[in-house]
Amino acid sequence: MRAEARVVAEADGRGGTRLAVLRGESPLLLRRTGPLVDGWVTVHLVGGAAGPLRGDELRLDIEVGPGARLEMLSVAASLALPGRPAPPSVLTVTASVATGGVLRWLPEPLIAAAGCDHVVVTRVDVADGGSLLWRDDLVCGRHEETSGAVLADTMIRYAGVTLYRHELAVGPGAPGWDGAAVLGGGRAVGTLVAVGADLPRPGIAGPDAAVMPLAGPGMLATAVGDDIRAVAAALGPLCRRSRPVPLLTPASG
Amino acid sequence: MSLATLLLLADGRLPSGGHAHSGGLEPQIAAGRVRDVDGLAGFLRGKLATSGLVSAAFAAAACRRTRQWVDLDGGLDARTPSPALRKASRAQGRALLRAGRAMWPIAPIARDPHQPIALGALAAAAGLTPAEAAVAAAHSMITGSASAAVRLLGLDPYAVHALLARLAPECDRIAAVAAERSGDPVDDLPAVGAPLLDIGAEHHATWEVRLFAS
Repeated sequence: MRAEARVVAEADGRGGTRLAVLRGESPLLLRRTGPLVDGWVTVHLVGGAAGPLRGDELRLDIEVGPGARLEMLSVAASLALPGRPAPPSVLTVTASVATGGVLRWLPEPLIAAAGCDHVVVTRVDVADGGSLLWRDDLVCGRHEETSGAVLADTMIRYAGVTLYRHELAVGPGAPGWDGAAVLGGGRAVGTLVAVGADLPRPGIAGPDAAVMPLAGPGMLATAVGDDIRAVAAALGPLCRRSRPVPLLTPASG
Repeated sequence: MSLATLLLLADGRLPSGGHAHSGGLEPQIAAGRVRDVDGLAGFLRGKLATSGLVSAAFAAAACRRTRQWVDLDGGLDARTPSPALRKASRAQGRALLRAGRAMWPIAPIARDPHQPIALGALAAAAGLTPAEAAVAAAHSMITGSASAAVRLLGLDPYAVHALLARLAPECDRIAAVAAERSGDPVDDLPAVGAPLLDIGAEHHATWEVRLFAS
């Protein structure tokens, strides 16, 4: 299955945000949800079919214009499944955030069912003076199930410079992924990258979690847990929306 | 190419301060995740496939592209979210340069580059190939932690070296992949991360008493 979805958020000139484009197709359906609150628009990803399954090629493009505020959520976890013998399923997510724009990407977790072979490619460009909160949670297998193969390949750039470049590989084909250097038998892992204004404070966020200042103007919070609840406990409090967002506050390094 | 020169670069007795670092093992032992040789094997396999591959690729790239050390150093910054690990890497880079300068004429370079950049710079100055720089990087990635394991857990040194012998082919494989990709643009170089190495390093940096610097 091939599918493409696209969302473009623009400032409406009255302190709010409007959606200039909101287009999707199964299984990447997009729905605007809730009223405009404090200038924010919320869009939910709605899974319109099972999967991703092997062979699927999915693409989501997000564009946040100057002064626009977009929050992207999903209604349910996405479940990567094996399907027929085929190349890996690939989800490509691109996002651009203009100066003064804010994007919050806070979807429900991805679950790697046994036998899945799934690749997520994330490419985010934040302009100087834009803000970003980007969360990705991964659960390695359903209940009492071995993990399928997932490769999450992420690059986040700020003001034209690569700020965060990270790949995470789990499951068959990723040597030592369940060893003590990578997940240590933990079945869930979450990362939250914050860029621009309104960064969380660095420090220890739990027994297996930390909030780390990146070398550039951003912050990474990472949490590993036996299950997704442990990850949510560490990262959830960092995702609260503080209002109003200080849009043009210079980022701290 | 000189095999003896490569052995010098990979030798744990090179006075570059490597013995002061456990390569992220000490916090994982404290967390109870590594208790025996099997636990160490899982740790080393994961480390080799993640930061081992990244270090080897950047060492090979630094050996091959001696005019791009600044860009490559920035690439490692973007791949090292933990400030404790960035600090440890730069401290080891500086110590390695100090030893290397006494051995070979090294081109001008930043004072404290990331360790793989320093390693690549030494390899280039010594006339070694990118593939050899990659092997030295991958090799030091596992041998440093293995020797720390013997000291921290009192493991049988014979059993630990038997493990290293079993890992040697994987070390060669990782180094070959790293060398093959060492000409790629910086953003496309390997970036496989290890969440528990990052988290452990941050926790470790807060300890008042520790045996190793990282």
